[in-house]
Amino acid sequence: MNEQTPISREERIKNLKGIGSARKRVEDARFTQGAGNYVDDINLPGMLFGDFVRSSHSHARIISIDKEAALAVPGVIAILTAEDLKPLNLHYMPTLAGDVQAVLADEKVLFQNQEIAFVIAEDRYIAADAVELVEVEYEELPPITDAFKAMDDDAPVLREDIQDKMEGAHGPRKHKNHIFLWEQGDKEGSEKALADADVVVEELITYQRVHPCPLETCGCVASMDKINGKLTLYGTFQAPHAVRTVASLITNIAEHNIRVVSPDIGGGFGNKVGVYPGYICATVASIVTGVPVKWVEDRIENLTSTAFARDYHMTGKIAATKEGKITGLWCHVLADHGAFDACADPTKFPAGFFNIVTGSYDIPVAYVGVDGVYTNKAPGGVAYRCSFRVTEAAYLIERMIEILAQKLNMDPVELRLKNFIKKEQFPYQSALGWEYDSGDYHTAMEKGMAAVDYPALRAEQAEKRAAFDRGETRTLMGIGTAFFTEIVGAGPVKNCDILGLGMFDSCEIRIHPTGSAIARLGTISQGQGHATTFAQIVATEIGIPAEDITLEEGDTDTAPYGLGTYGSRSTPVAGAATAMAGRKIRAKAQMIAAYLLEVHEGDLEWDVDRFQIKGNPEAHKTMKEIAFASYNQAIPGLEPGLEAVSYYDPPNMTYPYGAYFCVLDIDVDTGVVDVRRFYALDDCGTRINPMIIEGQVHGGLTEALAIAMGQEITYDEMGNVKGGSLMDFYLPTAVETPVWETDETVVPSPHHPIGAKGVGESPNVGGVPAFSNAVNDAFAHKGLTHTQMPHDHWRVWKTAEKLGLSG
Amino acid sequence: MSKMNVKMTVNGKEIESLSEPRTLLIHFLREDHKLKGPHIGCDTGHCGACTVDLDGKSVKSCMTFVGQANGANVTTIEGIANPDGTLHVLQEAFKEHHGLQCGFCTPGMITRAYRLLQENPSPTEKEIRYGISGNLCRCTGYQNIVKAISMAAQTLNTQEAAE
Repeated sequence: MNEQTPISREERIKNLKGIGSARKRVEDARFTQGAGNYVDDINLPGMLFGDFVRSSHSHARIISIDKEAALAVPGVIAILTAEDLKPLNLHYMPTLAGDVQAVLADEKVLFQNQEIAFVIAEDRYIAADAVELVEVEYEELPPITDAFKAMDDDAPVLREDIQDKMEGAHGPRKHKNHIFLWEQGDKEGSEKALADADVVVEELITYQRVHPCPLETCGCVASMDKINGKLTLYGTFQAPHAVRTVASLITNIAEHNIRVVSPDIGGGFGNKVGVYPGYICATVASIVTGVPVKWVEDRIENLTSTAFARDYHMTGKIAATKEGKITGLWCHVLADHGAFDACADPTKFPAGFFNIVTGSYDIPVAYVGVDGVYTNKAPGGVAYRCSFRVTEAAYLIERMIEILAQKLNMDPVELRLKNFIKKEQFPYQSALGWEYDSGDYHTAMEKGMAAVDYPALRAEQAEKRAAFDRGETRTLMGIGTAFFTEIVGAGPVKNCDILGLGMFDSCEIRIHPTGSAIARLGTISQGQGHATTFAQIVATEIGIPAEDITLEEGDTDTAPYGLGTYGSRSTPVAGAATAMAGRKIRAKAQMIAAYLLEVHEGDLEWDVDRFQIKGNPEAHKTMKEIAFASYNQAIPGLEPGLEAVSYYDPPNMTYPYGAYFCVLDIDVDTGVVDVRRFYALDDCGTRINPMIIEGQVHGGLTEALAIAMGQEITYDEMGNVKGGSLMDFYLPTAVETPVWETDETVVPSPHHPIGAKGVGESPNVGGVPAFSNAVNDAFAHKGLTHTQMPHDHWRVWKTAEKLGLSG
Repeated sequence: MSKMNVKMTVNGKEIESLSEPRTLLIHFLREDHKLKGPHIGCDTGHCGACTVDLDGKSVKSCMTFVGQANGANVTTIEGIANPDGTLHVLQEAFKEHHGLQCGFCTPGMITRAYRLLQENPSPTEKEIRYGISGNLCRCTGYQNIVKAISMAAQTLNTQEAAE
């Protein structure tokens, strides 16, 4: 800093590029030049490549596995099966949901493409050749692909490994294919509200099985250094520290001898939270061979074996007065978890935070019951760009509100406004046990309505409907609204843990002598731009420009322990830790400044990037000066250096919300849906970087479009997976993706140090019901109550046809 | 498996090696020649993360055998920057307009846009959207990518007019 030319306070704030700055991303220099470092870019000397032999059947006994021909292929080093893993007790691994999952199929396969054998070879071509040559003989068993039949009396028992264990991780199991029943709220009270109500609506709403499908698949490189006894595991891990602990527990390698590194990650969206058989097999293979082993799944393996999402069959019932005041909510979910319960939820929440299902509404009494069942489908149940099961809950309540409005012959927006939790009710205790920290729903909804001119849209729709009925057009206009409340930022250690690890997060900041800094966090970016935004928090807190702050994550040898990035927890939890660590730095800096300025600490005040004497701002010490002093002056009573660490246990979750409006036109003869307008207003509290927030909203809305309009992983009656490649699984291109309009209100979280609530997942949570409501709304006047997602052209056309509308 | 001698010009440099004929161009570039910019996203030609420029056309290198590229002139993301080492206008525009998040699609996307702007130096928004429809992005929702390409086209046209 040039002390000769003092700059204005505004300039000093601007120079920091702190909270609120649309700072350009520091990550982009390497990504735009092809210099990222993703897991498949890692090549270690002598590295081998692993590939799986997978099941062709969905339910079968394995009679034999013949490896002979495969082992004869030059370059094949070894082939692992369950028999090889049993002596190590690694043929099963714990899931994050309290279940176990077969690493390599043990006597029986339970879903198509299940891992049976792991071929280790000199390169990926040889491994693929050998995979083809492994002969597996099966005895087919009848599969269960319909969750509604999983608990039939004559249903085949899927999980023979736990068939005598009728007490599961979450209470008693009422059938051998049952996993848990999770109940929240007041069942009797809700049933009474339904019995006493003027109006009741009921609907079975299915949220189909989908997949997060990040552009980079999952993978790892395991490298066992036999001389030092150290295991290094590079991989696509959204929670590297938790992976280290889990790896230590299951391999019995001491945790200090394991280093887990998440390099650049090519998108996660929940897919990369779990622990997969590939990680275990690559690790075992490296231990056995003594050289590094890489495993990277291909897209078909990704879509068919790692981490599906949703698959919730939700029955909702709402009780209301005839004036439209909601008096109760009752819901039951049949949750299809596939062959193993591999949900990635906090331990005490087997259905995640589905009990946010009362949404944005003041509902006096509510009940939720979730039955989890096993089927012959891939395991998972991850939170695909949402906090745990929050998008399912938001979809259910936002569809039910529209269905109730239809029954009451009331505008759905008016019904929402009538039932919103009011601003003065916050902090609000929901009937299902959450304390909503803050919100102003009416203001957000009214701002959105004004922005899209909601009354004009309804008037236009009425005209178009009349024109349709007169035979002047073959398109129907749909208007979809969603007003969602999320629950993110898991979470308070008192009730949130994963495998016993409290869901706090962390930040460590070290100031260098010349006044630049490094900050390390327990989270890991997968495209969210942490290196950019967390430096902005540090900049504002300690007055060092963001450009002078390096941010590191993902290496468990250097970063402080944290639970990682998913469930929109980075900003609410690690962002809070960052602010708190910054404040610790500032507290010490104040003592140093007091010494340097020869005044009492209390005589100083913080101003942007310096401590100044109250009433005499000319007498000041900048953070840069203080940093240098901390390294070169012996200050009585103070240790040298300037660094701090904060482990932040959040007192509550955060509750972002938003008002979304979708306008679309449906060609009833083709089923083609044209989304012509989409407006998204988000309240994510304090906005750290508006450019990045906008980008997050664009991306989340596009994923919501994909889910609502086309994504689905289905199985035929034999359990053959359909939709297992990008030929079938819908990822929108730039052509189908509409232009997104974004807007905001700002109600800061009262308990978060900087008032931020998290944003990355809001657009997925709010977007899906907005699209689906719009499609349903287009047909509502023709008698449609509800049609299931995805609203692809064929299904939309079928809907039109059933209503007698198509040509 | 028998190997064939493969020669090509990659980013202006002649390279030659013995490869199995079935080797995919993406593996040849990434593993044999350490050009890690192009990525593998789908194995089925849908996602475009592996896009490279081959004899003046955008090509999915995961769908191309190395033999098919024998003798070809190939440009990858590593060869897009200006000869003086400064970033290409497209690379700058992607940074400026937040046209990327996780960065996995970015090399393929920029390489495709590089060719698109030579095919059509002044594309409309719709033409850009169609022009990049062979490249998937899961993070950005395309809006800022379209903006970045559009702004880059304007900059390139202005530069050309000035020359």
